[in-house]
Amino acid sequence: MIEAIATMSALGVGLGIVLGVAARKFHVETPPIVDEIEAALPGTNCGQCGFAGCHAAAEAVADGSAVATVCPPGGREVALKLVEIAGPSCHAGGADLAGQEDAGPMAAFIFEDHCTGCTKCYKRCPTDAIIGAAKQIHSVIFDACIGCDACVEVCPTEAIIMRSKPRTLRNWYWPKPEEHFEPAA
Amino acid sequence: MEEYLVILLGTALVNNVVLVKFLGLCPFMGVSKKIEAAIGMGFATTFVLTLAAAASWAVEALILVPLHLEFLRILSFILVIAAIVQFTEAFIRKASPGLYRALGIYLPLITTNCAVLGVALLNVQEQHSFAESLLYGFGSAAGFTMVLVIFAGMRERIARLAVPVPFSGPPIAFITAGLLSMAFMGFAGLVAN
Repeated sequence: MIEAIATMSALGVGLGIVLGVAARKFHVETPPIVDEIEAALPGTNCGQCGFAGCHAAAEAVADGSAVATVCPPGGREVALKLVEIAGPSCHAGGADLAGQEDAGPMAAFIFEDHCTGCTKCYKRCPTDAIIGAAKQIHSVIFDACIGCDACVEVCPTEAIIMRSKPRTLRNWYWPKPEEHFEPAA
Repeated sequence: MEEYLVILLGTALVNNVVLVKFLGLCPFMGVSKKIEAAIGMGFATTFVLTLAAAASWAVEALILVPLHLEFLRILSFILVIAAIVQFTEAFIRKASPGLYRALGIYLPLITTNCAVLGVALLNVQEQHSFAESLLYGFGSAAGFTMVLVIFAGMRERIARLAVPVPFSGPPIAFITAGLLSMAFMGFAGLVAN
């Protein structure tokens, strides 16, 4: 009994140390800009940008093969952040933000009369924001929904729409002070 | 020498892990839609399976048997396989970024590939020596890769055909897999064991 516990612990600790050393020794420096861009993206790997997850999208923005408006769920807010990070000299900086309206944070809403409990939306949700089970009416947890639209297109009864998130005391925040530029006289 | 050839052919064709032993079916169905992806998955699995067969032989012979802890076999093998996959990923990332980009997505998936654990356990069951274990692992992985690539090729062709509606998608893939499995039964007489 004690022998078994000791052996497994020793094996686990030993392998852990080997992996720890390997992680240090084989550490690959990613360009800091990629990390910074990845931090600005939602990080839910929903795949709407067409890349295999947020890390791949961040790499593409960093090397200039993707524009700053690459992230549909991020909307204007994320696009502005990406332009700030990648800089106007980069291809990403030349993105056209005019078409991106600031709709505010969106969240999915399910019309329960139309929901058949087919679990299709539930399976597609990258953040597990949809609750429910087979043949049970689904519902959305607003706080967890990132407004990525993935559930809307799979719903067979078109029971899901995107709504702007209701402003409540929990998600309201003080707006940033507006910048006023005095025109030079 | 002949004995080793028998192991290699026997594991790759006659006792194919996927089609005869029904191990590793998840990547077989999941990563067989495109040939490039199938080749990437196949090579990543070959790498890990061969290493895992060697490492689990070492764990069995050097730790479990001397300490009479054979009942911890599955637990310790899973631990070792998971560690090897992590180590391989870190090493490939440093040593060859090109290979990492090709295999990167598939490497973590292999941790949960039951063929890897299955081959390690079969090695113990058949009481193989170190060289035999290594070859058994490599042969199984080669068979896995071959079947995966063949199946991906078939699915690429099927995707362009007019399949009757009730069979389109996964059903026709499963039927194809069944036919392929039956075709591989033809190898049964190739090697005596």
